[in-house]
Amino acid sequence: MTTRGFSGRRPTSEAAARLPPGQYETHDFPVLSLGPTPDVDLATWTFTIHDGPRPLARWTWTELEALPRTRWTADIHCVTKWSKFGTEWEGVTFDDLMAAAGVAPPTPYLLALSHDGYDTNVPVADLAGGRAMIATRYAGAPIEAEHGGPARLLVPHLYFWKSAKWVRGLRFTARDEAGFWELRGYHMRGDPWREQRYTNDP
Amino acid sequence: MTPAPVPPGDAPLRWHEVAIARVERRTPRVVSVYVDAGLAPHLAGQHVDVRLTAPDGYRAERSYSIASAPGSAPLELAIEHLEGGEVSAYFHEAAEPGDRIEVRGPIGGHFAWRPADGGPLLLVAGGSGMAPLMAMLRQRAMASARVATLLVYSARTWDEVIWRDEILALEARGDGLDVAFAITRGAPARSADVAGRLDAQGLHARLSTWRHVPSHTYVCGANRFVEAMTQALVRGGIAAPTIRAERYGGAL
Repeated sequence: MTTRGFSGRRPTSEAAARLPPGQYETHDFPVLSLGPTPDVDLATWTFTIHDGPRPLARWTWTELEALPRTRWTADIHCVTKWSKFGTEWEGVTFDDLMAAAGVAPPTPYLLALSHDGYDTNVPVADLAGGRAMIATRYAGAPIEAEHGGPARLLVPHLYFWKSAKWVRGLRFTARDEAGFWELRGYHMRGDPWREQRYTNDP
Repeated sequence: MTPAPVPPGDAPLRWHEVAIARVERRTPRVVSVYVDAGLAPHLAGQHVDVRLTAPDGYRAERSYSIASAPGSAPLELAIEHLEGGEVSAYFHEAAEPGDRIEVRGPIGGHFAWRPADGGPLLLVAGGSGMAPLMAMLRQRAMASARVATLLVYSARTWDEVIWRDEILALEARGDGLDVAFAITRGAPARSADVAGRLDAQGLHARLSTWRHVPSHTYVCGANRFVEAMTQALVRGGIAAPTIRAERYGGAL
């Protein structure tokens, strides 16, 4: 099938190699959120890891900022089809967080929990081994509230809805429980290179 | 009070190859593209993915909100001409009836309203962000739902109000729909309208004359607009979980 009259604007071959299927490159940083941006107070901010209902470890903002910090440069891919290359993040990796908590992941699945009531499920295998962080800085500055500040989950190899904004904790779950968008038509894992956008995509 | 999610269907969303039925100019910067895509029934507020294929096989995909009411055919997609926009340029400069595109959907289980969800219903639109809210207004009218509804719709000029005559006709039915246009550049056309750029004060003023507290609020537009409006609503005492937002474009 060809769309008569459409020629398109092709990405450079370098950009094309970095774009998962169906994505286009943007230099902007679009904002997508399900509702209002929550007002998160650092003075009372905490980050908690739960095993089901049971809290395993908790940090205040100052305590989290004192954990080992890591900087990453990553391409990010939004399910609404934009990709942004070379984004620069700083934060505490999932591995360092678990080490600081002094526990091993008690189950293979978890839900990332946010201040606005949002949640999203991510398998531990997609977080451990240097694949995810709790990010607190973007491009050398504190993350803006619209982009999920003060802290957001960053799982750059999955569609960006998995990188929960305004994150306040992680809850390990016995099975892979669907989160907010996963209950509303979006894929349980969300690998952009396999184009796992919607619920029943392979 | 998070609304019930709209569950996905059982089958993968597949692409439907379809011919454009017609292209209609709505405003200087917006065309409506009509397609009879044969998709599963949609809810007001949902969107579709659109895919174009060039002769050499190169493809480009974008998402567009559905502006037509559930159950009415063909689907209407209102497409704004974005500066440097690869896909919107095609729809504005080249698209003709009979051109073949691909569509899949409907998509989105959060920014959706059903008549059974009731109201009072507050709709806040900026520019082409009116599209999914238009589907809600149309469905509300088709269902003869007398849900108290206020539409506050910001546009640059009176001529850039998409579906202006249809919206005025819906308001004239007198079935509980109030409309306030906010015209950024130019004088308000009617006494109910808001002069100048819509800000928190203007929104609060219009809400206080409405005399309802919305149970469901939908805000759609450019991110800067949606951010300003949702913050104004939260500060004005509207419960954040009852406010649903759909944004396009970048942060401030």
